[in-house]
Amino acid sequence: MSEKAVTIRQQYALFHSLTLSLFFPLLMDTVLGIDLPTWWFLLIGALISGYGILDGFDLGAGALHLFFRKEQSRRIALNAIGPVWDGNEVWLVIGAGSLFAAFPLVYGTILSVFYLPFMLFLVAIIFRGISIEFRSKEKMKWWHQLWDISYCVSSTVISLLLGLVLGNLIQGIPLNANHEFVGRLRDFFNPYAILIAVTVLSLFMMHGAMYLLMKTEDRLYAKLTIIANNTSKFFILCFMATSMATLIYVPHMTAIFKEYPELFALGIAAVLIVLNIRRSIEKRQYRRGFISSSVTTALLLILFAMGLYPNLVLSTIDPKGSISIYEAASSDGSLRTMLLFAAIGMPLVATYTVFMFWTFRGKVKLEEHSY
Amino acid sequence: MDNVELLSRIQFAFTIAFHYIYPPLSIGLGVCLVIMEGLYLKTKDKVYEELTRFWVRIFALIFGIGVATGIVMEFEFGTNWATYSRYVGDIFGSALAAEGIFAFALESAFLGILLFGWNKVSPRVHFMATILVALGSIFSALWIVVANSWQQTPSGYRIEGTGMQARAIVTDFWAMVFNPSSIERYSHVLIGALLAGSFLVLSVSAWYILKKKYIAHAEAAFRIALWVAAISALAQLFTGSKSAEVVTKYQPAKLAAMEGHFEKSAPGDMYLMGWVNAKEQKTIGLKIPGGLSFLVHHDVNAPIPGLNSIKPENRPTAVNFVFQTYHAMIAIGMTLIGLTLLGLFMLYRKKLFQTRWLMGVFVFSVLLPQIGNQVGWYTAEVGRQPWVVYGLLRTSDALSQAVKAEHVLASLIMFTLIYVMLFVLFLYLLNKKIQHGPDVISDDETSSRMNPSMSPIFNE
Ligand code: HDD
Ligand code: HEM
Ligand code: HEM
Repeated sequence: MSEKAVTIRQQYALFHSLTLSLFFPLLMDTVLGIDLPTWWFLLIGALISGYGILDGFDLGAGALHLFFRKEQSRRIALNAIGPVWDGNEVWLVIGAGSLFAAFPLVYGTILSVFYLPFMLFLVAIIFRGISIEFRSKEKMKWWHQLWDISYCVSSTVISLLLGLVLGNLIQGIPLNANHEFVGRLRDFFNPYAILIAVTVLSLFMMHGAMYLLMKTEDRLYAKLTIIANNTSKFFILCFMATSMATLIYVPHMTAIFKEYPELFALGIAAVLIVLNIRRSIEKRQYRRGFISSSVTTALLLILFAMGLYPNLVLSTIDPKGSISIYEAASSDGSLRTMLLFAAIGMPLVATYTVFMFWTFRGKVKLEEHSY
Repeated sequence: MDNVELLSRIQFAFTIAFHYIYPPLSIGLGVCLVIMEGLYLKTKDKVYEELTRFWVRIFALIFGIGVATGIVMEFEFGTNWATYSRYVGDIFGSALAAEGIFAFALESAFLGILLFGWNKVSPRVHFMATILVALGSIFSALWIVVANSWQQTPSGYRIEGTGMQARAIVTDFWAMVFNPSSIERYSHVLIGALLAGSFLVLSVSAWYILKKKYIAHAEAAFRIALWVAAISALAQLFTGSKSAEVVTKYQPAKLAAMEGHFEKSAPGDMYLMGWVNAKEQKTIGLKIPGGLSFLVHHDVNAPIPGLNSIKPENRPTAVNFVFQTYHAMIAIGMTLIGLTLLGLFMLYRKKLFQTRWLMGVFVFSVLLPQIGNQVGWYTAEVGRQPWVVYGLLRTSDALSQAVKAEHVLASLIMFTLIYVMLFVLFLYLLNKKIQHGPDVISDDETSSRMNPSMSPIFNE
């Protein structure tokens, strides 16, 4: 055998063992000591947090849209999210697809139980997308007005519905031992769920205001400083109300703190970060504020996830009705293959996302292709 | 059939058929855009640049509606077909998640650069973004068609549990992905999309040529699209007959419905057109005796199992519908081949753009691939009935248990209203963009008149 062939073989062997050792963990029952359903629980949690942070700011910007009175302000606000909102929405598509793939029982149950709220959600998603696309296509004033309203209302409705579903999932829903829904639609509109809905909206509005502050200048910027100030106060009010209500009315969410008191640190961290948002706004450090509100979104979802684990859906009437990740999980083989997909794909998705934001960094300038 | 089932089926069929107007256009236009922009980078000819910018604007409109209606599809599996979702989650869910991770993320991230990045990135990076968006849409078709093909010809799985708890588990991932029909159906769908996109370009360009507007742009675009269309039309015949072979082998009931073949075991005829009377089990029409047998077994006397050899509860019910949609598709396929070859011939004779009647035909030809794509799916999906997963799960067993008929009725009415409005707006805006035409930068006077967004209207 020639020397060259030997080195090629050696290189191949090295390559082979490297790739094997990289993916070897995926061949065991547990990956790095964590079982597969738990991995997917974490991954979907991360995807939903990513969605909340990314689409959160453009939903928030949409909900604030009608506060901007001037045509130019509205155009700038729209173009601040123009190139990125579709990429943000993909996190919803990936999150929902992953839930479908990893926990099909939960996917079917949640979506069919919340049938009408999700249908309304879809309508709002359609209207938001087309409002952004259609608005600039005509110059009539009424046309702009129409799509501005549609854009603002649909963004608000999406935020509220996400909160409403979240609020109900925190409390649990009436599922019997066969995981069949035995409640009524109007029970979804309970005070706690509505409080969560408003909290989510206020969080997104504040988050969106800070994103827009990073993208705007002059008069719109000045206006947004006031909006950021007000929405953050409103959010803190909601945040306190939600914390109280959860402590009083939803004890199972706080039970985990009794078990693992050290986790209380997370709750404290959440409070500190929320306070930091206020501080950043007062100091006019909006980038820092934006990062803090992103972390807040993630932390609140982590707290929710910890209260839930190892369940995905809690039943209010029968503990056997709750759906745990183990019961809902797809086969190990599927979970493993998809974990490999995620290991390859998610770094790519993260790269595109960063590239996209980097390309459109800096303040918005209107030009010929703008909306 | 209870109401929830009927309404959910109508809703699914309506929403997917509406969604399927846009993705094929996005995919086909994406490929045309890559060619146009590539030619611009190679030749530095302004005409190609202006063409690319023009078609990017139309692409954006189509893409936007494709995204909005696509998200509806993804959620509908959970909302209306919860039992189905649980049954196939292991398989179908993986494909949908892979689609999100590998395809949609790519498309959406680079779409921003394609639309708004003209002045932000170099021409090369912009071209790369165009390629990635086109690739992304081609990948997204891959995963969704793989998932659908698995429903048609399941493989690489085992069934776990019984009754309402039963579900399909992947045993062999690659056997699941490359199930017996994926490659045939994916290539067929993809080429159908190329036809849809290229015929849109042909139609709009032919219209400009007839109106004597933007002649240089229109002729350049027409040439590009004509080549894409002609190659695709010929290839579609090939991939289509491959699909027919797969159907023969794995879905005999569907094949029998496609040709209206009832006898238990007799040579199958091939119809050019006809009518099926399912009650009397008769098919009349213009036929090639033994043609079906010849196509699939290369022998005019080879027997083909007809509908009567299949248990009544496993037969597709809408036989005439499947027959008609299938034959409409083939007729369209043949027409497209004829039309594009004629176009190429006239181009070779240098008479193409002067032949006004032919340009007129091309203006309307945009409808043919659209109809072809629609009826193709109707054949495949209605012919698969009563199964949602062929041979494993019946459509009637696939529903959500928690959903009430009045809720589905409400959502169906809502989707109908919204989609009708969306379609009208789409046509209106598409027409407006076409009337507006490409911005011819060399000619300042027209461009500031034609393009309001370029004039300084932001000085409040
Ligand atoms: C042949 C191709 C094809 C087929 C059969 C389908 N789609 Fe589609 N879909 C696309 C090709 C496509 C696309 C070309 O990739 C789109 C159109 C515009 C876009 O953004 O991507 C798209 C968009 C799109 C989106 C929005 C993605 C985004 O936010 O960017 C979703 C969630 C779906 N689709 C889901 C579905 C489902 C659940 C289908 C089947 C029931 C389906 N699609 C059929
Ligand atoms: C890959 C994803 C797809 C899945 C999982 C799927 C599954 C289904 C389901 C659950 C139904 C309702 C039950 C029924 O068959 O009546 C259906 C029907 C239908 N689908 Fe698909 N389908 C898919 C793709 C498509 C696409 C892309 C089209 C394109 C137009 C399409 C066209 C139809 C039509 C026309 C019906 C109505 C058939 C009938 O009512 O009998 N399908 N399909
Ligand atoms: C030229 C002759 C053609 C033949 C022989 C042919 C054959 C077929 C067959 C047998 C199927 C059913 C596959 C299945 O059920 O699994 C099919 C489906 C389909 N056809 Fe065609 N076809 C032709 C032309 C076309 C054209 C011109 C278009 C569109 C422009 C088209 C679009 C479709 C689509 C979208 C489907 C559904 C997806 C699929 O099942 O692959 N076909 N075709």
